[in-house]
Amino acid sequence: MGNPNQILILFAHPALEKSRINRRLIQAVQELDAVTVHDLYEQYPDFHINVKAEQDLLLAHDIIVFHHPFYWYSSPAILKEWQDLVLEHGFAYGKGGTALRGKKFLSAITTGGGEQAYCRQGYNRFSVRELLVPFEQTAHLCGMEYLPPFVVQGTHQLQEQGELGKYTKDYHQVITAFRDGLVDWEKLYQFKHINHGLDQILKSQEVSHHV
Amino acid sequence: MSNESLFYQAFIYLVAAVLSVPIAKRLGLGSVLGYLLAGVIIGPFVLGFVGNEGEDVMHFAEFGVVMMLFLIGLELQPELLWRLRVPIVGLGGLQVLVTTIVFAGISLLFGLPWQIALAIGMTLALSSTAIVLQTLNEKGLAKTDGGQSSFSVLLFQDIAVIPMLALMPLLALEGAATAQNQVIFVAEAAEGTGLPAWQQALLVIGTVVGIILGGRFLMRPIFRFIADTRLREMFTAMALLLVIGIALAMQQVGLSPALGTFVAGVVLADNEYRHELESDIEPFKGLLLGLFFISVGASIDFNLLLRQPLLILGMVLGLAIAKFAVLFALGRIFRLEISQNLLFAFALAQGGEFAFVLFSFATQNRVLPPDVSEPLVAVVALSMVITPLLMIINEKLVQPRFVTEEVEREADEIDDNENPVIILGFGRFGQIIGRLLIANGCRPTLLEHDPSQIDLLRRFGWKVFYGDASRIDLLHAAGAEQAQLLVVAIDDPEKALEIVDLTHKHFPHLKILARAIDRRHAYELIRRGVEVVERETFSSALDMGVEALKLLGVRSYKAHRAARTFKFHDVEALRDMAAAEGDETMVLARSRQLAKDLGQLLQSDDRELTQEVDRAWDISALRKD
Repeated sequence: MGNPNQILILFAHPALEKSRINRRLIQAVQELDAVTVHDLYEQYPDFHINVKAEQDLLLAHDIIVFHHPFYWYSSPAILKEWQDLVLEHGFAYGKGGTALRGKKFLSAITTGGGEQAYCRQGYNRFSVRELLVPFEQTAHLCGMEYLPPFVVQGTHQLQEQGELGKYTKDYHQVITAFRDGLVDWEKLYQFKHINHGLDQILKSQEVSHHV
Repeated sequence: MSNESLFYQAFIYLVAAVLSVPIAKRLGLGSVLGYLLAGVIIGPFVLGFVGNEGEDVMHFAEFGVVMMLFLIGLELQPELLWRLRVPIVGLGGLQVLVTTIVFAGISLLFGLPWQIALAIGMTLALSSTAIVLQTLNEKGLAKTDGGQSSFSVLLFQDIAVIPMLALMPLLALEGAATAQNQVIFVAEAAEGTGLPAWQQALLVIGTVVGIILGGRFLMRPIFRFIADTRLREMFTAMALLLVIGIALAMQQVGLSPALGTFVAGVVLADNEYRHELESDIEPFKGLLLGLFFISVGASIDFNLLLRQPLLILGMVLGLAIAKFAVLFALGRIFRLEISQNLLFAFALAQGGEFAFVLFSFATQNRVLPPDVSEPLVAVVALSMVITPLLMIINEKLVQPRFVTEEVEREADEIDDNENPVIILGFGRFGQIIGRLLIANGCRPTLLEHDPSQIDLLRRFGWKVFYGDASRIDLLHAAGAEQAQLLVVAIDDPEKALEIVDLTHKHFPHLKILARAIDRRHAYELIRRGVEVVERETFSSALDMGVEALKLLGVRSYKAHRAARTFKFHDVEALRDMAAAEGDETMVLARSRQLAKDLGQLLQSDDRELTQEVDRAWDISALRKD
């Protein structure tokens, strides 16, 4: 199987103590080997981001995850600040900016509105993939491979017992599968959201052993 | 007693205590058993260093019980006492009543006249406040349900002693003989004031009301006055004076001094000088109680035991079993959970120190013939000795069977000592921390040594306690054992370091946040491993620097970020230099050191800071592309 992929989860939630779904999601991946959860609001409560340290973190990982609630069709403020400061010219893009090339980029987001709100007829008028285009393009400009996002929708209506637990389990599965390289890449790109086809995308542990 | 023999006595007692108590503790027997065994060893039966004067010592040392009740009162808020009214009156009352009936009944069966039977019954109903509370405290069980029930019963018993003493002479078989009894500090009914009953009653009520009003309104200015002298021993003297004064006053009007000081303690429980009082009285209480336990051990008449071993041991066993049974049954009725009920019943299954008083009083009043009272005194003393053993049995053999219920149980709140944060120094610095914490729902315990500051804050409804924070006993009293954080916000750098050292030594679990007066002080604190060190003027000066930059036309956000970067590097440099500093601290004068430090800092500021900020927002690099 080779070495596991190093995964960096850049996590941004300004009021985690009030969140239901994000607290669980982040807990589910917090202790995993080869996974670094980087809680930006905890690390930089005054937004004073240490650019050098952040760039070093990026260099040390293969898959970069932006994990956050979807605020006004984008990320919470600190993650935008992070992009503005850390993805420097000459580091992430532009002349000599090749540091991130070949890495993979995943958005893991939660939206209050349900799936039906994110379409032409819904009140958000655009699909989640359309609204995530700035992130897709950012990844592209940095030479990173943009993966179909992990999206949890309708978070206000999620039931304590069943659905919250299911999404938490899914997230754990997705992250460990990426880490261990147990992903069917061809299948993966057929889906708009990675959660739409988990059964087909993720290879089980046993299968990979035989391969 | 001449001076020489006084010192000789003191020497014997102290040697016995210093040798036996640490050994007993090491062996897991607890200090009480250590003292008792020390008493047995130096007593007339084994080494014979102490003879009959042991009795006098015991009566003197009973004053330790008075002090203990004062301290217990101090820790009890009046509301809590009110909440305990049902266990005190109900559980305590029933315990005394039922146990009296049981032992009186047994005595009747042995053919004793009813007067004697009643006297014995009443006396044996009492348990030992000193031994039980000391042992419970030592084992950290005082705040459990079982511990609180024990306390309630003991408190009722202490009150019940008074009517018992009054009743004794009436039970005399042959004519009334008002005996002149010895000095009894703990409980002495003064039937000799010669006043009519209503006047006596008035006097009693007046005294109690006086204690309550005095404690409420008089003590605060007095403590303030004493504290202003800044002489620690004056405060200690005042505390002792208070306790002894109340004890004497109570004795004069025929009430129990123990009860009186207890009431005084409760009245002073929300006084700002409470922690200071506690830590001043504590050592006296400890020593006197120790002395008391030793003298109990020394007073055991082993000759009597050797002459009738089976009878005496049988009676000890019978006493313990009967008391245990009554207590356990009552515990069930009052819905004590089983493991707590066992603790409660094991704890109180002995005779008490009041029994010595009551028995000797009864003998003097010819209620009890000496051949009845002497074996009983021995039985009570032996039952006190086995109490710590019973508690160990309960702890080691019985409780493990109920361990699952026990572990989950959190200690009940007995006072407001259990705040997670203690703030030392509530001046300009500490106040801001305290206000922020309180605004966010965390109540800190506050200690301050400036009386005028305390007065001011109290007027605004803050709970601030008086005390010199470098005293470890005061930290104890302020609840350092339960707390998580210690904020050292005082303005005396030397004292702050001293406190940090003491805290590391005595309360290693506490996380320390310390106010540093200057860079040098910060180094010292960092080197001592203090978790959070904040220089007192750094952040505000930095804020003002930002304002200055803004007035010079720098845009706010840039000025803000420049300050953040500056702070980041400065703190880093602080940590580096703290680590690098060697012994040269001692050699160079402080001012020269600081000047040298500043030189180093200014150099590094020049080099690094200016270009580093916000490179990504600078598009000059892009233009070249």
